[in-house]
Amino acid sequence: MAKRPIEPLFWTLFSGGGVVSAFFVPALLFLLALAFPLGWLSPPSYETLHQLVSLPLSRVVLFGVCSLSLFHWAHRFRYTLYDGLQIKHLNEFINVFCYGGAIAGTVAAAYLLWNFR
Amino acid sequence: MSVPTARSVPPHTPYHPRWYRTPVSTYWWMQQWSYFRFVLRELTSLGVAYSCVILLCFIRALSLGPEAYEALQRRLASPIVILFTSISLLFVLFHTITWFSLSAHAMAVRVGGKRIPGVLITASNYVAWLVVSGILVWLLLR
Repeated sequence: MAKRPIEPLFWTLFSGGGVVSAFFVPALLFLLALAFPLGWLSPPSYETLHQLVSLPLSRVVLFGVCSLSLFHWAHRFRYTLYDGLQIKHLNEFINVFCYGGAIAGTVAAAYLLWNFR
Repeated sequence: MSVPTARSVPPHTPYHPRWYRTPVSTYWWMQQWSYFRFVLRELTSLGVAYSCVILLCFIRALSLGPEAYEALQRRLASPIVILFTSISLLFVLFHTITWFSLSAHAMAVRVGGKRIPGVLITASNYVAWLVVSGILVWLLLR
């Protein structure tokens, strides 16, 4: 794979996202997407959760978690496809798909959290 | 001196060195458990990305209003989404565990010129993880 000056930045984002997702994501995913929808635990009311996300600190944390984790995914998934499937000829497409996806997710997170009402 | 033309070049075959490379099957990672586990570990990134999408959906629904929040809860409870969420949760947990074991190798923390053993680094990661998860649970269940 060609050496690009931007590569170290991707590795930094990858490891930053790895740390952040390791710490934050399991509990959030379990509570928000499994325990609350299935009724194992009573979900917080709309007002409580809305108030929590409105706090500037929560928004900064949520933005960091979403953006870094998506860049973590982009970098790791790119290499998974590269190593696992031997599809070198699709490299350009894979890079655009992965990093483009992470950038799109970051923009979406910034937009949603900045305009949070 | 005459410039060599195509005609004056004696017949030859261009020299292309052929490297010896053992052909590797596309399914190399299915041949051994340790390879398969490696690919599984790499695929945990899909669970991480899935969780980010869920988080963004939550933020959007909260921003839109109580009806959107209720609708999201219902959508998340549908069997196919629960299936994806369960697989993603397993992936994310696998990511956390492998990441903490990896950080013991990646981080060389020295205190007083002596390197702190990896077990301690992994253990402190687990403690920090429990603290962070505890805070999140407290915030959401209060």
